[in-house]
Amino acid sequence: MIVDVEHLRRDYVVRRRAGRFARTRHVVTAVDDVSFSIAPGECLGYIGANGAGKSTTIKMLMGILLPTAGRVRICGLEPVAQRTVLARRVGAVFGQRSQLWWDLPLADSFRLLGAIHRLPEALWRSRLRECADQLELDELFPTPVRELSLGQRMRGEVAAALLHSPELLVLDEPTIGLDLLSKERLRGFLARERTERGTTILLTTHDLTDIERLSDRILVIDHGRLAFDGTLPALVSRVGAERVLVVDLVEPAAPLADVPGTVLRTVEAGGLRQHLAFRPEQTTAAAVVAAVAGRVQLRDLAITEPDIEDVVRRLYLSGG
Amino acid sequence: MVETSSRASPAAPSVARAYGAVIRSRVAAQTAYRGSFAFEVVGQFAIGLVDFSEIYVVFHQVRAFGGFRFAEVALMFGLATCAFTLGDIAVGHVERLPDYVRSGQFDAMLLRPLPALGQLVTSDFSLRRLGRFAFALVVLAASVSRAHIHWTPARVGLLAVTPVAGAVIFCAIFVATATVSFWLVEGTEFANAFTYGGNYLSSMPFTIFDRAVRSFFTFVVPAAFVGYLPALALLGRDDPLGLPSWLSWSGPLVALLAAAVAGLVWRTGLRHYVGAGS
Repeated sequence: MIVDVEHLRRDYVVRRRAGRFARTRHVVTAVDDVSFSIAPGECLGYIGANGAGKSTTIKMLMGILLPTAGRVRICGLEPVAQRTVLARRVGAVFGQRSQLWWDLPLADSFRLLGAIHRLPEALWRSRLRECADQLELDELFPTPVRELSLGQRMRGEVAAALLHSPELLVLDEPTIGLDLLSKERLRGFLARERTERGTTILLTTHDLTDIERLSDRILVIDHGRLAFDGTLPALVSRVGAERVLVVDLVEPAAPLADVPGTVLRTVEAGGLRQHLAFRPEQTTAAAVVAAVAGRVQLRDLAITEPDIEDVVRRLYLSGG
Repeated sequence: MVETSSRASPAAPSVARAYGAVIRSRVAAQTAYRGSFAFEVVGQFAIGLVDFSEIYVVFHQVRAFGGFRFAEVALMFGLATCAFTLGDIAVGHVERLPDYVRSGQFDAMLLRPLPALGQLVTSDFSLRRLGRFAFALVVLAASVSRAHIHWTPARVGLLAVTPVAGAVIFCAIFVATATVSFWLVEGTEFANAFTYGGNYLSSMPFTIFDRAVRSFFTFVVPAAFVGYLPALALLGRDDPLGLPSWLSWSGPLVALLAAAVAGLVWRTGLRHYVGAGS
């Protein structure tokens, strides 16, 4: 197992004012009795609402934060005690914690990271070539990092995290704020990195498409506790999450109430636009589209996916 | 426990080369705009001049200050300012630790395979301070030639070692006080009292301060070992306040001790940061 976490807990002590000099001391448990492991080559999606304990968990995995209780082993190492050894075997793209030097051209950051990770020249050169080709970085090399767009910088960060060919790659919201095309390119790159090199990936995200495209397994953390460990279809069927097909018709039609496996949610513009909800485990988008097309003439269509916050909320409501 | 050095495989470049690359890039970034860099260096030289004019003005009114003549006080100023500027150039930017902690940059350092303190120290160098260092060297050279020093090999050695030992003492003060920001969010003001305050005191004859200040900046924050005490040893004078004369020669030892204490404080601070303390 590349990641091994047993009964992990982290408490924070919060002191609040309770009078002019008095402070009351509260213990807040951010992560509570979390256990999981990740096999080499797996891609795990780690999801939960803001403040659920995702970042705290990642900090403990990376050796930035010591667990209050429990046991963590990453690549067989103890993260806090062996932090600098571990840093050569894992890579992280983690919130505001940029690995790039904002006042230097992008290319210089990679040269420095090569030196910091003590990569032999030839190895560094070939690996940088690989990352630069796949993430299309060459055109960005002369640009100072502070002048890169969010999407460009994220490509740079991913390359920075992968330059030393880590066994484990930890990504915290890698696609947040990116446009659709950039998201798709990044997902494609990460998927290839995994299949071709066997890199293990741990990914937190608010975007279910990231999970669909990349992960075979999901952990849901809620209020510091592990609420779910399994596949995405299993999670969706458990909480009864719905996808919604939105169809725009050429001519107004009567409400499409009789399409198999769907529930008609709303009808707009006198029947020109209709919303049909369906459960992924009962039917497929293709079957629903075919059934609708058999009844009326379609002008346009879109599918809205269940939003991750919604899935987590439903999971919580269903009793964990 | 917190810091563990990693061993590189024989074929891989060394840790020294890693730091070398980082330092070179910092120097290049600072000197990239030659005109503005030169201007800043000259500006720092001028700041040194202004600092020194304070002493000059005092001696325009009196012949002795705290029991010392102009060249003797200038010697203390020269030793202390050389030491402070060297220390400031090398590690002065550790005072930015609170910003690094707030912005997440410090976490980014913890994700890299080098000790955090080493990365923090090499994250920047205020090279423009070389201007002030140059001015301090001029004052030191001029005062040494006019202070009627009875030269012995030991005194020559002490003169050579003292600015370096003093720089180490200031480095230790910078690191130890910056570490406080692991506990206090607004720790910078606290740190400044010891770093810049220590610099000011160390360039003065300690005879002008009261007993509490003197003791604190001798035995707790060892600023006296930077300028005043080594100047006494060079001049062959006993401390008018009765400190034993061997203490005037102990600057280098005190520097090692200060560095060790600062290292301990840092380790404790880092342990607190990762949540191992309290």
